[in-house]
Amino acid sequence: MNFPSNLKYTKDHEWISVDGNIGTIGITEYAQGELGDVVFVDIDPNLKEVKYSESFGTIEAVKTVSELFGPCSGKVIEINKDLGDNPELVNSDPYGKGWMIKINISNKSELDNLLDSEAYKKLIGQ
Amino acid sequence: MKKTKFYDLHVKNRAKIVEFAGFQMPIQYSSIIGEHKAVRTSVGVFDVSHMGEVFIRGSKALEFVQEITINDASKLTDGRVQYSAMCYPDGGIVDDLLVYRISQNEFMFVINASNIEKDFNWMKENLAYRQAGNSLSVEIDNQSEEYSLLAIQGPNSKKTLQKICDKELDLEYYHFFNAKIAGVDMIVSRTGYTGELGYEIYFKGDEKTAENIWERLFEAGKEFNIQPIGLAARDSLRLEMGFCLYGNDIDKTTNPLEAGLGWITKLNKESFIGREALLKIKEEGLKRKLVPVSASEKVFPRHGYELTFNGKKVGVVTSGTVSPTLDKPIALGYVDISHSAEGSRINFLVRGKEVSAEVVKLPFIKKM
Repeated sequence: MNFPSNLKYTKDHEWISVDGNIGTIGITEYAQGELGDVVFVDIDPNLKEVKYSESFGTIEAVKTVSELFGPCSGKVIEINKDLGDNPELVNSDPYGKGWMIKINISNKSELDNLLDSEAYKKLIGQ
Repeated sequence: MKKTKFYDLHVKNRAKIVEFAGFQMPIQYSSIIGEHKAVRTSVGVFDVSHMGEVFIRGSKALEFVQEITINDASKLTDGRVQYSAMCYPDGGIVDDLLVYRISQNEFMFVINASNIEKDFNWMKENLAYRQAGNSLSVEIDNQSEEYSLLAIQGPNSKKTLQKICDKELDLEYYHFFNAKIAGVDMIVSRTGYTGELGYEIYFKGDEKTAENIWERLFEAGKEFNIQPIGLAARDSLRLEMGFCLYGNDIDKTTNPLEAGLGWITKLNKESFIGREALLKIKEEGLKRKLVPVSASEKVFPRHGYELTFNGKKVGVVTSGTVSPTLDKPIALGYVDISHSAEGSRINFLVRGKEVSAEVVKLPFIKKM
């Protein structure tokens, strides 16, 4: 399994890539494997803000439903519309086309709470 | 934990293994939705060897079968199968099952894996009770551990199986015969849990025999891109047809009349366990009904979710999914009788949010 070292990870199996103030958020390859076939990603299209450690949506897979938690706080810039018709992108390309939400990070210090790829791998016993 | 004779093959095929009814079973191999669609469009193979096979033999076998099941087994002839159920005296369901008439004096019950011990004990208890004081010469033989069972399902199942079967596969729906497949004696039955053209094959033998049959099947189905199918796709396939699953949609707290199984409940049969209670239930009128529910908004109804009307709970989802064929939510659930008519508007309550839904009719998908 692949856990790119340029990403930060949460204990809830989300990743965030940071480019300046812009953060892009998705779920890890491990998470998509555990969930199995993703049927849809439910994020309120009118969502304005993601808050650190709070739910910003849910991900429905055939077997189970899982909450999505904010890796840090920020204003929503964009929600990945492609997932509407192609939720399986979360399974096939979790770090690429399967991204879920882009935010303008409001408090960069929250990123210090996150795991690097090595620590995340340890968390999931890889 | 028990394993079927195909366990090593499942591991080799990279199946995700879960515990189900005390067995280590494959829940999925590749993608659940991909497996589901393989069965709808071509052919798939399910290892369902965890299911139970119990034989009832003796000169009074039919008498006993009639007493312990709710459908009318006297309508069966040799080589025919009947969907039926066993009930408790209060009308609650012990199990749903298939009854095979092998001969006048021999029947095979195919029962749910999670219920094998319970069912077997239930049958023995009732036989002992009926034998006391008279000579009801019936033998009940649990062969569940000896038999393996594969389901081959999908529009290309016949073409696949015919290649390795020594008999013309001209079976009608719910008929069976004995034949050799891949050189092994077995019961070949035109039954299944998917709504597709399909067969179930019952055979004895060790791992090697089982693996050889599996390999021959996959060789025969190669041109149709035959796929192994896990329990997860089995569940979504049966739900699209509205078939009940014991433990989800029916159990000892539900009766066959409210579960939509009135068509197998032969109350005009002279006597069977549960008849008096079911007659009374029918006379008093049903209080709730198991109904198919669908919605257009994309939500995922799950077992235990509430069904509501005007903010009040009127029922509960017993099985739900997003149909891979329709790409919309489908569910079975019990609702108060006043909301059970086709076309009734109710809601799925999904994490506190009401989502508009409608009572529809079965099957959810139209089959040819």
